[in-house]
Amino acid sequence: MVCVEDATRIATEARDRVRFEEEALALSDQVFRVARHLAASREDAEELVQETYARAFRSWRSYTPGTNLRAWLLRILTNLNIDRGRRSQRAPQTTPLEANDYYLYDKLAADADGGGTTDEERVVERLSQDDIVSALSAVPHDFRDVIVLVDIGDFSYQDAAQILDIPIGTVMSRLHRGRRILKRELADSVLEDVT
Amino acid sequence: MNQADKDPCAHCEEMMQPYLDHILTEQERVEAEAHLDECDWCRRRYRFEESLRVYVRQAVNEPMPAELKRKLAALRIPLN
Repeated sequence: MVCVEDATRIATEARDRVRFEEEALALSDQVFRVARHLAASREDAEELVQETYARAFRSWRSYTPGTNLRAWLLRILTNLNIDRGRRSQRAPQTTPLEANDYYLYDKLAADADGGGTTDEERVVERLSQDDIVSALSAVPHDFRDVIVLVDIGDFSYQDAAQILDIPIGTVMSRLHRGRRILKRELADSVLEDVT
Repeated sequence: MNQADKDPCAHCEEMMQPYLDHILTEQERVEAEAHLDECDWCRRRYRFEESLRVYVRQAVNEPMPAELKRKLAALRIPLN
């Protein structure tokens, strides 16, 4: 009877593990999308995602079924990213410049037609994909992590707080300041393109 | 005299992020919308911010390399 019980337990565990792996792999596109901008480069992001999945597959028993698997994976990923010494990334560690929330629009609209009647959707198209990717990478990582998780990864404030192990109020204040820093970087990149 | 009476557009600018994040109180939301109803200048800037958020999401979205997907599948622990 003991052998039958053991066999049943092993079969159940195998089934649970296969299910876990399949659910985790189904989320890999979303995990990569976030990792790409938490890491310093595309290559770093690919390595980070592989390390994350290797660790997740080894420690799958510590995941509680029914909880947010994507957030669980991102928690592993952000911890690994810190372990990898991301502080050598190119983002400057000096106090970042930020501007008020209307600053970027005012710059773009002024360049377009002197600030008169301007279609907001056309104004935003003055920013190139490269402008946005490089401006985001120039945002210091404390602020960028929150922007990437909430605005790009669609995580709630609560999930972002748990993933980064910081208070929810800190998530909100970093998000607010981080978006302003990003817009300041974007405004600077557009001005550089003009000159 | 509250802050909005001093410079309603500056106050509206401060309210923009929390408004778009849907975290204003009901009273703050009503105040912000009352100003936006009558101020085309602020309304344009709110619409721009909405467009910008969508645009940034699209711009930074890089597809996952197929090779990476294969590597992840290969990390699965084989059944004994």
